Amino acid sequence: MSEKSLSLRLPTPRNLGYSFNWVGRIGLMIILFWGAVAIFGPWLTPYPVGEIVDWDYFGPMSDKFWMGTDYLGRDILSRIIMGARYTVGISLASVTLACTGGVILGMVAAVAGGWFDTGLSRLLDAFNGIPSLLFGLVVVAAVGSSIPVLVLTLAAIYLPGSYRFARALAVNVNTMDFVTVARARGERTPYLILQEIFPNILGPVLADLGLRFVFIVLVLSGLSFLGLGVQPPNADWGALVRENIEGLSLGAPAVVFPSIAIASLTISVNMFIDNLPTKIRDRSE
Amino acid sequence: MTAAPLVSVRGLTIGATTDAGRKVKIIKGVDFDIAPGEIVALIGESGSGKTTIALSLMGHTRTGCEITGGTIRLGDDDITAMDERARSGLRGTAVSYVPQSAAAAFNPSQRIMQQVIEISAIHKLMPRPEAEKKAVELFRALALPDPETIGHRYPHQVSGGQLQRLSAAMALIGDPQLVIFDEPTTALDVTTQIEVLRAFKSVMEKGGMAGVYVSHDLAVVAQIADRIIVLKGGEIQEVGTTQQILDAPAHPYTQELLAAFEPVPHELAQIEHRPHERPILEIQHLYAGYGPVRNGEPQLKILKDVNFKLQRGRNLGVIGESGSGKSTLARAIAGIVPAYRGNILFDGREQHLSLADRSKDDLRRAQMVFQLADTALNPAQSIEKILGRPLYFYHGMNSRQREARVIELLDMVRLPAALRHRLPGELSGGQKQRINLARALAAEPELILCDEITSALDTVVAAAILDLLKELQRELNLSYLFISHDLSTVESICDDVLVMYKGEVVEALPAAQMSRDASHGYSRLLISSVPQLDTGWLAGLEQDPELVAAFSDR
Amino acid sequence: MPASLTPYFLIAQRLGVALITLVIVSFAVFFATELLPGDVAEILLGQAATPEAVAGLREAMGLNQPGIYRFLHWFVGLASGDLGTSYVNNMPVADLISGRLANSLKLAGVTTLFAVPIALSLGIGAAMWRGSIFDRLVSVLTISVISVPEFMVATLAVLIFAVWLGWLPALSYGADVGSWSAMLKAYAMPVITLGFVVSAQMIRMTRAAVIETINTPYVEMALLKGASRSRMVLRHALPNALGPIANAVALSLSYLVGGVIIVETIFNYPGVAKLMVDAVSTRDLPLIQSCAMIFCISYLSLITLADMIAILANPRLRH
Repeated sequence: MSEKSLSLRLPTPRNLGYSFNWVGRIGLMIILFWGAVAIFGPWLTPYPVGEIVDWDYFGPMSDKFWMGTDYLGRDILSRIIMGARYTVGISLASVTLACTGGVILGMVAAVAGGWFDTGLSRLLDAFNGIPSLLFGLVVVAAVGSSIPVLVLTLAAIYLPGSYRFARALAVNVNTMDFVTVARARGERTPYLILQEIFPNILGPVLADLGLRFVFIVLVLSGLSFLGLGVQPPNADWGALVRENIEGLSLGAPAVVFPSIAIASLTISVNMFIDNLPTKIRDRSE
Repeated sequence: MTAAPLVSVRGLTIGATTDAGRKVKIIKGVDFDIAPGEIVALIGESGSGKTTIALSLMGHTRTGCEITGGTIRLGDDDITAMDERARSGLRGTAVSYVPQSAAAAFNPSQRIMQQVIEISAIHKLMPRPEAEKKAVELFRALALPDPETIGHRYPHQVSGGQLQRLSAAMALIGDPQLVIFDEPTTALDVTTQIEVLRAFKSVMEKGGMAGVYVSHDLAVVAQIADRIIVLKGGEIQEVGTTQQILDAPAHPYTQELLAAFEPVPHELAQIEHRPHERPILEIQHLYAGYGPVRNGEPQLKILKDVNFKLQRGRNLGVIGESGSGKSTLARAIAGIVPAYRGNILFDGREQHLSLADRSKDDLRRAQMVFQLADTALNPAQSIEKILGRPLYFYHGMNSRQREARVIELLDMVRLPAALRHRLPGELSGGQKQRINLARALAAEPELILCDEITSALDTVVAAAILDLLKELQRELNLSYLFISHDLSTVESICDDVLVMYKGEVVEALPAAQMSRDASHGYSRLLISSVPQLDTGWLAGLEQDPELVAAFSDR
Repeated sequence: MPASLTPYFLIAQRLGVALITLVIVSFAVFFATELLPGDVAEILLGQAATPEAVAGLREAMGLNQPGIYRFLHWFVGLASGDLGTSYVNNMPVADLISGRLANSLKLAGVTTLFAVPIALSLGIGAAMWRGSIFDRLVSVLTISVISVPEFMVATLAVLIFAVWLGWLPALSYGADVGSWSAMLKAYAMPVITLGFVVSAQMIRMTRAAVIETINTPYVEMALLKGASRSRMVLRHALPNALGPIANAVALSLSYLVGGVIIVETIFNYPGVAKLMVDAVSTRDLPLIQSCAMIFCISYLSLITLADMIAILANPRLRH
């Protein structure tokens, strides 16, 4: 069997038949970096998060405090490291919920068609008509802010968009002859969805998931910035900016670094999904 | 040819950049001349580079491609040495273009007249009223209906054949020395094609312009070209006068092309005809259509009262043009588009009209093969998985049995066993169509519904698929329902033929006697419209104007 | 042409869909504020209230009635202009909102006036010279603006224009608006911030819409007729991209809503959004509902308007 080569090769993108440019690689590296920070946060912080360690407030960058200190004199580096858990964790949980729900409903609607599709599409399109930050405000106003509420609210905000996107893709795949062949063979809906449709929309769905992750990070930061997101004494990056906003006129690092953290995460996700590895199609030639 | 050539191409190479960033040559050193007033055809399969060469004569290459070497001279101008601005000065005035699909090449938001005379506006050739007058004359010369007013319409308000002729008017308004026709009749039905070809031929003769006619269809080219250049893989295989290429092709590839074109008459099914035997498929008063159903009838009704019988071991061809309902017929039989009235009897047993209500075994016995192999195979599944699914689904085979059977199936369609680990995207068009066929065979069917399965393939590849179908029929005692718009394909494989027009069967007769005995007006028009490999065919063709008026959408 | 494809029928259909959407949205707003856990009577009376007092207030406010009845009551009131009474200061919500709404509209209007022409020209330009330095510069800028939260654009603007350069005041309304230049200065910061946020999306979507039409065969045909680049784009691509562009403009303007909430808070601008954020912190539900409905209605009208423009711009439907 010549095509099953057993030679030892490193699984680099090129060896797997993909090309992956450096912008995408940098993006992926920053994403992985923040992921690692979120997971190993408690072992990385140089100072306890809530403890006031500096007599000065809005302290500058120094050997002791790499990113300066905040409005109470707490170490910003430690707070950013712990903030990564909230920003990355909440956003990831919401985007997973939103996209899983949206994609499953979207594929079922595309395959089932008829009144189920029409009804669901109309309803979710209507929900799409509510500006996201606004919906967040309304819910937080009514129920109060806690992490489960934030996760569920953000997921609810972004589920309709994910549904619409996945449904449009699935409708396209559903009209392809290979799905008709499977239908004519007598296959049932679960097989059609899992085997015929899902593998063919996976790529765009993952890219969409990335984009939605960015949106969720932004809305979450916005809510926290308004004081309606993660509540003190805990703080995500948006809340860190809010806490230290008075340092703005002083040019304090306490307000600059959390902002940089948010931007580096969202920009790197954008860089990564704009430059995803592409399959090299002309290998055999 | 003693006069200086109008076009002279020397050592032309065109390169393309692949997704991996690798550079490949798609045109590998091409030389040819075109004399003033001469029409030269570029013939070849898809990927032969014929359109790329034709576009390069205008100094244009599509995204990702560029001219990497050689010279193109047009009259006194060296196109390869020019900058983009100088090239655009020649486009429309010295050399102009008639596109493959006029429907896509007309801007949907502008009136036709404005687009036809745009060349005169861009190059400031003449004042607008004069240009409009000239356009109307061209409309008349191209035999367009209502030449005075057709220009006031929008592109979506005229038919495809008319748009194609209007695009010729658009190309001719600037009195170019050279006109490039890029497969201009490929998208048209045969009965429409004739009128368009005639119009092209007559305006080109009157204007004395030189032309480049790009096509994959030798018979069409034979009607209009003076010389033929045969291309394959970006290289010239053979150049000769049209007569010489048709009568005495020198290059083996040209001979192959011609051989694929000659219809091989089908030997009638050897099984003795037993009229009392149950037909494998019988259709009685079948009605089908699309759209929301109201009062038991769909909004868009396609099939009307279709009746026929198909005997076991025989092949039935269904021919017709776009919109005739032939594909709908196949889908209604398979239950994909449920018929709303009528009976479908399979081996004497009545079938539910919708496939959701049919038993697994009934579904297994009639399999359908689709036109476009590209879209009929799931790009995310390996060939092994694609072929293995019906084996598991219908026959409940385990994975070891499946693997053995997949290898057998690949062998039946003459493909190597190693192919089973590949994805569909890694196969050629002909290989994909064979996999398609193998998937139908995996069900062990008795009847295969073939929907235009050779239409998207190059002629040589299509001929090989037809041979394979015949072979499989002998080995497996299959029956085919063969749907096609191409008469010679149907003639070469079918015993009987149904001619469909606007959703109805207008005539049914044995394939062998089709060209002689067809009596219905539409069948006669259709048969007489198929281009022949004969340079004098179009000039000598006479069609009854009443038939044309009644059945053709010209 | 079948009757179902005439532009008037389609426009009527769009309006119908918008109305249905409005009802669903208002139900969602009502549901989120009143039917989710979290008791209004408790909110009003505070943590220390006795259960009897809470029950009494519930009765008085009609909170014991079924949800659907309360929704209908609220919705009918809304439709007839009765926005209810504020929990916090017992003033009619309509009075609280009216002046603020004018302020917000002024801010949105001025931003639109600046942002739309600039964004459209940048988007079309980037598409026309695709792959050029200009295109890349615009791409990088827009990606950066889209990727960062609105409050960061605002803080950056404050840092640059107010702190470092000292050209403009950091707060808008506190300053007196006596002269033209003072007014210009007062509006400049919020408008610049909002303009950035709104334009970035609009530029990207406009560019994508125009590029899509540039890749069509009829634009290639124009090239083969000898048309110049600008003629190809302006005469052939652009008229066919009108529908998608109208959509892009509407969708991006809807970012005004999100942007306005942040911008009004940061710059202390007395608009509806600021009112709403304040209402959220006091949990003044009738006020929140009304503000939310104002935002939803403006968003819906923008989208519907864009849909109608797209229908009217389609030659297949017009002729």
